[in-house]
This record gives sequence, structure tokens and C-alpha cells, in this order.
Amino acid sequence: MTERWTYEGFEMVVGLEVHVELDTATKLFSGSANRFGDDPNVHIDPVTLGLPGALPVLNARAVELGARIGLALGCTVQACVFARKNYFYPDMPKAYQISQYDKPLNIDGRLALSDGTVIGVERAHLEEDTGKSTHLGGSGRIHGSEGSLIDFNRAGVPLVEIVSRPDIVSPDQAREYVSELRAILVAIGASDARMEEGSMRVDANVSVRRPGEPLGTRCEIKNVNSVRSLGRAIDAEARRQVALITAGESVVQQTRHWDEGDGRTHALRSKEDADDYRYFPDPDLVPFVPSAEWIDEVRSALPPLPAKRRAALAVLCGVAADTEAVMTVVERGQDAYVAEVATHGADAARALVHVKEAFAELGARPRVPASDLAALVAMESSGAVTATQAKTLLGDLIDAGGGDPAALAAQRGFEAMDDGELVALVDAAIAAEPDAWQKYCAGEDKAMGALVGHVMKASRGQADGKAVSALLVSRRS
Amino acid sequence: MSTPSTAIGIAAAVRSGSMSAVDAVEQSLERIGASDGDIGAFLTVTASSARDEAAAIDAAVASGSDPGPLAGVPIAIKDNMCTRGIPTTCASRMLDGWLPPYDATVISRLRTAGAVIVGKTNLDEFAMGSSTENSAFGVTKNPHDPTRVPGGSSGGSAAAVAAGFVPVSLGSDTGGSIRQPAGLCGVVGVKPTYGAVSRLGLVAFASSLDQIGPFAGNVADAAVVLEAIAGHDPGDSTSIPEPFGPLGAAVPRGVEGMRVGRITDLPAGADPDVTERFEAAFDALADAGADIVDVEVPAFTYGLTAYYLIAPAEASSNLARYDGVRYGHRVAAPDTDAMYVATRTDGFGAEVKRRILLGTYALSAGYYDAYYGKAQRVRRLIADDFARAYTHADVLLTPTAPTVAFEIGAKSDDPLAMYLCDTYTIPSNLAGHPAMSVPFGTGADGLPVGVQVLAPAVGEATMFAVGAALERAMGAQR
Repeated sequence: MTERWTYEGFEMVVGLEVHVELDTATKLFSGSANRFGDDPNVHIDPVTLGLPGALPVLNARAVELGARIGLALGCTVQACVFARKNYFYPDMPKAYQISQYDKPLNIDGRLALSDGTVIGVERAHLEEDTGKSTHLGGSGRIHGSEGSLIDFNRAGVPLVEIVSRPDIVSPDQAREYVSELRAILVAIGASDARMEEGSMRVDANVSVRRPGEPLGTRCEIKNVNSVRSLGRAIDAEARRQVALITAGESVVQQTRHWDEGDGRTHALRSKEDADDYRYFPDPDLVPFVPSAEWIDEVRSALPPLPAKRRAALAVLCGVAADTEAVMTVVERGQDAYVAEVATHGADAARALVHVKEAFAELGARPRVPASDLAALVAMESSGAVTATQAKTLLGDLIDAGGGDPAALAAQRGFEAMDDGELVALVDAAIAAEPDAWQKYCAGEDKAMGALVGHVMKASRGQADGKAVSALLVSRRS
Repeated sequence: MSTPSTAIGIAAAVRSGSMSAVDAVEQSLERIGASDGDIGAFLTVTASSARDEAAAIDAAVASGSDPGPLAGVPIAIKDNMCTRGIPTTCASRMLDGWLPPYDATVISRLRTAGAVIVGKTNLDEFAMGSSTENSAFGVTKNPHDPTRVPGGSSGGSAAAVAAGFVPVSLGSDTGGSIRQPAGLCGVVGVKPTYGAVSRLGLVAFASSLDQIGPFAGNVADAAVVLEAIAGHDPGDSTSIPEPFGPLGAAVPRGVEGMRVGRITDLPAGADPDVTERFEAAFDALADAGADIVDVEVPAFTYGLTAYYLIAPAEASSNLARYDGVRYGHRVAAPDTDAMYVATRTDGFGAEVKRRILLGTYALSAGYYDAYYGKAQRVRRLIADDFARAYTHADVLLTPTAPTVAFEIGAKSDDPLAMYLCDTYTIPSNLAGHPAMSVPFGTGADGLPVGVQVLAPAVGEATMFAVGAALERAMGAQR
């Protein structure tokens, strides 16, 4: 159970608003490409620029991905209406954003954390992204700048905004919620969900209260660019609010900007003079009414979700499964590969560790044939090669895109040492490191390291570390 | 053989080779050149591109291909429809000099049908008004009496047909902006079923009400133009799949046995000369074999009020994009907010600002339910009342406008009096139904009076049959 955050008798209440860019070929309401990283203002058209007479046409793929997100979060997918959110800003071409207001696509979902805590998801709705402003000179904000450049490539890119209920009680929970959400979004192919690139953006609504009291006044934190920053920002903001209250002041409802540099949040604007967005149904669009059949189709196309896949991988790898490796491998989508290695009779737990460590950069499907990795793991399990040698051989397999690990081992001169050689090496180590040996015999287990190290060095890494440890243990007793 | 003056006549002559498209277009340009200085129907005359297009049509005919049902027909376009590379101003300083990079769907369809665009016509700024006096670029005069307004907002397109500059033109109708000027100028004007004609490329005023339609000198010409521009457009999400049956066949059909509804609770306020012609229209249809039946449309009377909440609300949002950032008018100012204010203060006229303010207020937090929400409920009520009425009648008849064309300036300082011009036309927009104005004789000072034929959604064929019957009755009276 994650611990509830407390500070000077206060607890925190956090709700998260997560915006994710959907992985569609085109924009939410026009045929321009949805692509990041190109020259400015190349993915534009009359709709994107809000030219007179332009009309939006809903992207069916975006709706499907939106519903996929909803269904993965256990939401009800419902008939929905697009609404205009009216406000002026230079990178908002129509001076309104097409979003969803009182009738969003998805409502009433949930996300389970690893300890079983369930965070409610209030809604997940579709909306279009804005363009990107770069303010020249001054503080980097629009006020006081010398001029602004606008890139409309991002304008109209489909977003889903996922709004949690205020069920989060600690920075750790917030981080886990976002990490798990990210894992789900990637697993279902809805988004690449990269916070650093802005394809996933997290705003946190934070308030504090004494246990049992009603909800306090909340502040919204923006500009959080990583999961780590999210935790820091929430913690800093909650402490700021506690300090205000204990000093007899009150929290003002505000939007606040997280500053990674000074580790504090800063006021952006007061909600008191907040815009009245004058939401109303967009008369250029018709309601989207999903049929039960369509919802079933989208649901049945959902791949297994990360939690389920992690459980399956953990079962496959048995009690020896490394929890962190399970998390990582599933997040990278390499669990199917581990399972395939295991079908060749290899030890799944060992394969898991190799995949986690060696295939970080290689994407979901490592290039090394599963049968080759299985053969390598089998050699390691039988003691034919040591763990260190196996790592080296896996490097060779990756470089060559596969191969026969036995042949590679022979090329490198890796051969299992016979017991006699190993005993001799251990004896030599005890003789060379008398202090370590004495300490070890006196019960200081840490001292074993120096002895093993000596053996490994003398054998140029060919000795099996496990076998050396076993010999030392039997010698001491 | 005299040269044809109707769209159907010109197209037939051009397709058969008995008249060239170049001649047809040249004639139109000559008339515009000779008389538009007195009328002011056009904001832009596209003489050069029109001549090129006409020549291309003649070449097509010569090569044996068919340029389409509007071959060589000169047409004028209200200046709120996007024409690629041709100024599209909405009669506003805000868009002065703006050149659209694309054609509206109706423009592409007209070109496909062989029509030749000879120019862009004047309107009330952003189609907001009933007299064309709200144009930033001058007043259009009624060809029947140049001291009077042509109606609005599509006054330029109505006047261009009434003056004989072009046989047909396009307007847009949000609350009566085609039918009312058609009535005041003595031409045929049609507002089709909402969604029958694509709005893609029509500069939006009130998106849920706006609809493009034709002006013509006669009902049959209006039918040909409407058929050319109507049809589903995947680029307009509110476009309907199957608009209506063939209209050409409906024109000669007659009204034998048809039930023509008289709205017993129609809002009063029409001038006696208008009422007299309206009554004469019932008589004419009865003579032609129609049954005149009484119906009630109780919510009709609330149309004007609902309209003046819904239309400005949508307009306030639709016109927010004119912020000086990306295109159009910009007034320099020290910062962005000041630039918005200066640009919009200078770029928009008084009526546009009035409606933006009305609409902004109607959508504001705390007022939404009382204003916009209630207006939408009234809208539903009107549709329900019409639906009930149409179980008893096939079409309904009303006057198009309460008065004949009024003097220029007569209502300029009285927005409410101006709004009342659209009492009879607004309910069809709110219901999304088709309606057309057909000239039916003259009233005070010999000025034209229009009669409006209303039909249920996609009831255009029936509506055209009735309109044509009225036209024939008038011809017989002459």
C-alpha cells in the first residue's frame, strides 16, 4: 500500500489531467499530417489555419483510438458532442478550440495501481491541440515579449484529455498513475505518450486539508515535463499550501507554473479573472453516436493490457521473477519475446534478465532469434558458460543478428573450467588475500567479494562466480 | 431569333452551338459595365477570368463535349463564398484584400456545370442585415427604384438578377437573406433544406442556419441552379446524403389536389398591399386546383426572438477568428490584446459588433440556459409545430416580407424595425426547412411583392411545383 503523504498534520488531494496526442496519420478535423519535428507550418490547410469558410470533418481513426483509451480504462463509451471552447490566443487559429464539454466520449473509468488502489477516471474526451508559440525576448512568455512566432503544425492534432478523480493521495501515487497510464496508452497503440516531446502532458490539481475536513482550495500546476518532476511539483505545491494555511493565510485558486530550476511553483493567473469559455455545441459538427456493435469491435481489438501481461510474465518466470525487469520488459513490449524464448525450453527468469539488460535500445522485437537466446540461456544454466560470459556472447549474437552460441563461445575460447582448476584458483586467492579470508571466516560476508574478485581476475573472467562462492562457503564451514 | 435571357435558354443555345458562351458572358459584362454604376450590385467583376472560362466552354462545345447544364451561363456570387484567387470580402474591411486559396464547394460545382462567374456581389457585412446598407463598400440600390434598398443581406445578388446583369446568382440565407431581397427585387429566391447545399467555403455567419441558394428570373432557372449546387459533400459534416428529387420535372407538375396551408396564427404586421397580394396567391392556387387548408403554427411567432439569440451566439464564435493574427485586416498596437481590440474595433461595422456582443452575452456563464438554451428549445418547438402542420398541408404560404422595398436609410437607425423584416422567413431557417420567394405582382408604388412557399425538409420538389404555379398564374394575369 502506497503511503499517504502527510505534512504538519495535513494530507494532499490530487487529481490529474493528462493530455495525450493520438497516433493518427492526420489531424482531428483535417487531412494535414499529424507529424512532429518537421519544418514549421508545413502541415497546414484552411481548416488548420481557421480560414474563412473552412469546415471540420471528424477523423474516424481518432475517435476509434479515443474509444480504445476509454475502454482500456474501463470507461463507458457514449454518444458525444463536440463543443467550442472560446478564447483568444494567437496560436488558437479559430479563437475557439473544438473540444467536448458536457457529453464526452468516455466517462466513469478507473486505473488500478500495483498495490490494488483504484484511481477513478472521471472522463476521457477528444479535443484538438493548439499551435505552438515561441515568444521572443523577455521572459519567454507572451507578456513582455518582443514578438512571437507561431507554428501551426501542431494545431488540430487529436488529443485525448484523461481527467482523474481527486483520488490521489501522494506524489508516488501520482507518478505511478501516470506511468501506468503511459504504459496502457503505448500498449494499445493510442499514443507514444512521451512527456519530454510533449505528446503526453500532465497538469495536476493539488489541494491540502486536515484529515476529515472538506476539500481545500486547489491550484492547478502546469509545465511538468517528466514523471519525476510531477512528484516533485506536487510535493512542493502541497508544502507551499500547508505553509500558507499554517501561517494563517489562505490558498488562492490559481494556475501555477512548475519551475524545474528552483523546484517551486509560480503563480500564472488567478482563476478569479479566468476566461468564461462560453462553451456551446459546435454547429459545424454532428454528434458522434457509437453503436453497440462498434464499441464491441473496438473492445475486442484491444490487446492485453500491461497489468495482465505483467502478471502473465511473472507467472512464466516463476518465483525468481525480477519485478522491475517484468515492468520494464512489458513496457517495452518484449514479454512475448521472453515467452517465445521459454518455449524453446530455456529458463524464463534468466531470459527475462537478459532481455531487460541487453535489448533496451532494440524496440519491441529483438533481432536475435528466440531459439538462439534460448540456446545461450541453456548453456548458462548448465554451467557451460558463466553469467559474465553469457552476457558477452549475447552481445555477439546481437551484433551478428543471431547465431550458434556454442560456436561463438568456442571462438572466444570460453570453456567451462574443471573443478580442479577452480579449487586451485580459490586456494591461490585465500593465500593472496589473508586479511579478507580472516574477516570472512569471522562472519563478515562482505569480505567474500575481494576473494571472488581475485579469482575472477586470475581466470580473466572465465571462472563461474557462483561456483567460486559455493567453494568459499564450503571452505569456511 | 432573339438572344436568350434565361439560364436554361442560354445553356441550351450554348450547348447546341447556336450561341457562344463568350457572347453570353460579353452581354452580361456589357450590362454590368453600363449600369452597375447606378445599382452597385457588384464588389468585384471578374471580366478577364470570365472571358477565359467562356472561351474554354466554347472550345469544349466545338470539340464535341458537353460543358454541362449551365453551359456558358453568367452567374454572380455573393461575396461571402470563397473563390480561389478572387477577393472574398464579406463586404467587411476585416477581409478587404484577402484572397481565398480555395473554392467553395458550390463554386466547384457551378464550374463543373459550365456556369461562368462574372463577379462577386455586395451584401450586408458578414450577411448581417436586411437592406445591404451594412456593407463597408457602399449601398446597393433596388433596380425597381434606386432610392430604395434591394433588401438583404444578399442584396447585390438579388439586384444583379433584377437589373438583368445575370440570369442567375447565388446568395446565402440565415434568416431570410435570399428570400427577403428576392421579394423586394421581384425575382425568385430559394433557401434550400439545411444540409442540401454544402456550406464548405461559405464564410460562416450562423452555422446551424446558413444555407446557400439561387436567385433567378424564373422558377425553372432557379431549379437548374439548385440542382447543380446541391448534393452530399463529405467536406461538410452537416451535409445531408439525399437532398431531394428532380426539380425540373416538378416545375410543370401543377398543384391539382395539393393541400396549401394558411397559418391562422401568423404574426400580424404585413402592410395591406402585401396582404392583398398574399390573399391573391391563395386564390390563384385554389383556381389551379389546390385545396386551401387552415393550420396552426403557434411557435412561429417566437422565431424572431429565438433567432436573435442563436444567430448572434454562433456569430460571436464564428467571427472570433478575425483577430488580425493570420490574415485580413490588422491594426498595429503595442501588444497582442491591444492589437485584437484595435483590429476588431476598426475592422467590423456597427451591426456586426452589435451581434457579436449580443451573442457573447447569450453564451456567457450564468446566462446560457436563460438565453441560448431557451432559444434552442423554442427552435425545437417550431420544428414540432411545423411537423404537425405538415400532417394537414403539403406546403404553407406566407408573405415573404411585411413590406415592399423601403427607402434607403429608412430603418438604418432602428435595428429592431430592420429585424422585423425577417419575421416570416426566420422560422424556416430555425426548422432547417426549404422555403422560396416567388414574385407575385406589385404593391405600393408599383414595387414588387413576394409570396413565400414553405415546405418540410427535402420538400423542394413540391415547393417548386407550387412556386411555378404561382409564376404561371402571374403570367396569366399580365
